[in-house]
Amino acid sequence: MSHIEMENLKKTYDHQQNVLDGINLEISEGEFFVLVGPSGSGKSTLLRMIAGLEEISGGLLKMNGNVVNHLRPKERNLSMVFQNYALYPHLTVEQNILFGLHARKVSKSEQKKRLMETAEMMGLGDLLKRKPKQLSGGQRQRVALARAVVSQAPICLMDEPLSNLDAKLRAHMRMEIKRLQQQLGLTLVYVTHDQVEAMTMGDRIMVLHDGEIQQVGDPITLYNEPANLFVASFIGSPKINLTRAKVQDNQLYITDELKIPLRDTFLPKKELIVGIRAEHIQHATDETATHELEVITVEHLGNETSITFSVGNDYWTAKWIGQWQLKAGDKVKVSLTEEYLSFFDPVTEELIQPARVHAKEDEVVAI
Amino acid sequence: MTEFVIQSEQAYAKVWNKARKRQRLHSFLKGLLFLLPSILLFSVFLFYPLAKTIYLSFYLTDASGATTVYVGLENYKQLFISPIFQKSLEVTFLFVVYTVPGTIVISLFLALLANEKLKGIGIFRTIFSSTMGISVAAASVFWMFLFHPTIGWLNQMLATFGVDSIGWLTDPDWALFSVSISTIWMNIGFTFLILLGGLQSIDRYLYESADIDGAGYFYKLRRITIPMLSPTLFFVITVSFINAFQTFGQVDMLTRGGPQNETNVIVYSIYQEAFMNYKHGAASAQAIILFILILLLTFIQFKLGERKVHYQ
Amino acid sequence: MRMPIYQKLTFYALLVVSAFLVFAPAIIALSMSFMSNQEIMMGNWLPSSLTLDNYVHVLENSRLLHFFINSLIVSLVIMLGQLTLSSLSAYAFVFINFKGRDLLFFIFIATMMVPFEASIIPNFQTIRDLGWMNTYSGLTIPFFAMAFGTFLLRQSFKQIPKELKEASEIAGIGDWKFFLTVVLPMAKSSIVTLGVYGFLTSWNMYLWPLLATTDDTTRTVQIGLRQLQSQEQLNDWGMIMAGAIIVVLPTLILLFLGQKKLQQGLAEGALK
Repeated sequence: MSHIEMENLKKTYDHQQNVLDGINLEISEGEFFVLVGPSGSGKSTLLRMIAGLEEISGGLLKMNGNVVNHLRPKERNLSMVFQNYALYPHLTVEQNILFGLHARKVSKSEQKKRLMETAEMMGLGDLLKRKPKQLSGGQRQRVALARAVVSQAPICLMDEPLSNLDAKLRAHMRMEIKRLQQQLGLTLVYVTHDQVEAMTMGDRIMVLHDGEIQQVGDPITLYNEPANLFVASFIGSPKINLTRAKVQDNQLYITDELKIPLRDTFLPKKELIVGIRAEHIQHATDETATHELEVITVEHLGNETSITFSVGNDYWTAKWIGQWQLKAGDKVKVSLTEEYLSFFDPVTEELIQPARVHAKEDEVVAI
Repeated sequence: MTEFVIQSEQAYAKVWNKARKRQRLHSFLKGLLFLLPSILLFSVFLFYPLAKTIYLSFYLTDASGATTVYVGLENYKQLFISPIFQKSLEVTFLFVVYTVPGTIVISLFLALLANEKLKGIGIFRTIFSSTMGISVAAASVFWMFLFHPTIGWLNQMLATFGVDSIGWLTDPDWALFSVSISTIWMNIGFTFLILLGGLQSIDRYLYESADIDGAGYFYKLRRITIPMLSPTLFFVITVSFINAFQTFGQVDMLTRGGPQNETNVIVYSIYQEAFMNYKHGAASAQAIILFILILLLTFIQFKLGERKVHYQ
Repeated sequence: MRMPIYQKLTFYALLVVSAFLVFAPAIIALSMSFMSNQEIMMGNWLPSSLTLDNYVHVLENSRLLHFFINSLIVSLVIMLGQLTLSSLSAYAFVFINFKGRDLLFFIFIATMMVPFEASIIPNFQTIRDLGWMNTYSGLTIPFFAMAFGTFLLRQSFKQIPKELKEASEIAGIGDWKFFLTVVLPMAKSSIVTLGVYGFLTSWNMYLWPLLATTDDTTRTVQIGLRQLQSQEQLNDWGMIMAGAIIVVLPTLILLFLGQKKLQQGLAEGALK
């Protein structure tokens, strides 16, 4: 039993009001839950409140149905992995892993058993006698994870654990952490500013901005049906293309020349913001083409090509499979249709209507 | 259990506030516990005596130091009309003027030399800092011999140049100067070490970019080294001032305040008054004046330094 | 950048001359400690033969060895006391969050402004009334609390990532254990620096041992030297110099070993 509930959780500092403003959330047992947001969004503060390192200013934090606001970190029975790993530099790997167990009054033989299991699971068997300084970044990261594993706490908190690693290692460790979480059935709360990490690892994601929840949901929902402009532009790479547009006579005017006919879409507003994902600006043949766009830049990624078009005063980026020999100034035929567009309110920035066709169906078509 | 589990925030507030208060009290007590030994000793050997010194300065005392008669500011009044105390203040200020600039200039010179990256520089650094490891008593013995009227080296050297010998420690005109020379020597080690540390923490790239611009040694010294070193210089100047005001050992060893009170610096005067003449009241008044002098000095230097010192 | 050769030579010349001048008083003393009195009176610069007579003489005819051991005890006790108290208070100032912490820290720093001389008369009375005259307690305990040491170690403790403290809080490791098993080992270098500094200053202490000792039981070596100098009527210079050399030997050795560390440590404590 290790689920976490938050009711109207608040954090204020003396000099700064509403660092976190009324967070309501439930994290169920065994879930991989990701808190994502730009720096200063309050995600780390929230994690530290769960850990008990930061005092809660208002609202209730419950674990397994019991309020734990007043409990000290050690009484909450959880483990935590820090961005800088927080390894004790003067202790060996073995001592680092076992450091917390002494305090928990775990018997010597049990300590030894757990150490062996954990070391094997994390592939640290040969490194037990080394000091952190003698380890690579990835190995240090694994020691930090081992310390969380060995505590056998059912809840594990991670604060940007991969941001000190290089890109290649990061991709590998993403997988390893995910595997570990599933293998041990941990309830994992994971903080990151990297939306790729959030998308690839999380069972569910919460997007946080300026101390407020923007949206909670599984990765695909966040991608397909972003609740507002912030989530839309935060999730997904390259960023979703956003442009102001007008509706007139069942036509969507993105610029005066560029218009898209609306057949099945009813829109209550005259002015709105249109969003389209890079993969939904599709290359078209003469028959299927709806528009012609001017190329600004071309970036080759090997297996795909990222092309930036000029659309009115904005730039739109498209991502096409394969290698496209295009150059700046070329006019390219594309197909832009209403079912790929998401619509947002320009004032409230809330989602009015998501795109009806998504990447998944698209891929099926592609195959 | 479920009935008793507190679910609403209002109901929980009481429990929570209590827990929070308890935790705050807990860390407050824990903090105090860690600080307790220091607080206790500071109280007994610093705050209490400071207050007691002020108290004593308003009283006459018997030979054991117990207060007898309350005299108000009489001790202070006596001091300011006493020619001996005035002499002592004068001597102290002269001593400061003789020693502080000398110590700083010589130490800075040595630190600049020792900051060059040359082979064997470590030996020179060790030699320059060595006087820090030589106690006041031993240093005074060394210098006592150098100042010796007949067999001392200084007079022997003068003799080789055909100059009359000088009563370094016995001539009232020379005694304070001689004590100052030995004091500068004693202080070089510490001051040098701090200044060298300051020099070494200056970013190397500053010099490299100046080298590219073709700047000469003295230009770099004036434009990079001294401005970047100013916080360190500021610190050693303050410390040297305070040290000069607190000088005691070399005076006690070399001259015992003489000849004719020419080297009777304020701490020596306090010592004599309190522990030779057993006038704890009058001595306390002097001690308070010393305290105020040092306080004022630190304050003035801080105010001046704040504006002029270049912090990174 | 490579230095031109003439500049290099200038530097070496200046270094050698300065080194000679700075070291001369000590060298002269050392040389004299090996000379007979006759040689000294004749004004010789170097001993004609190395004789250890002066050393033997000073150790046999004075209680210098006894004072030497007293000084060793006093300095070590002060050093340990300072390290203990300074590290405890520095820990509280860095790792324990409590109300009034900043005020207390300010008070600690303010104590650096109070010269020891301003409180020496009542301190003398305190020691006397406690019956601590001529005891190790009287010579050491007044110096245990040390604002500079607290400040220096506070700087060093602040370098320890706060995540280490948080990690140990989550694991349920108490402050005391964290202090002993994490903070102290990690700040080893600063602790050694402060220890060397504390030992040096205690060994060289002059005014307080002069007041707090009235007989030979706990008299320190510095006051022993003062006695030697005044009793000998300045006649037996060789023996006095031998005594002085014995007195400076431990601190000089300590300084030679710890010069680099001391320099870094003191600069750090002084300037941050």
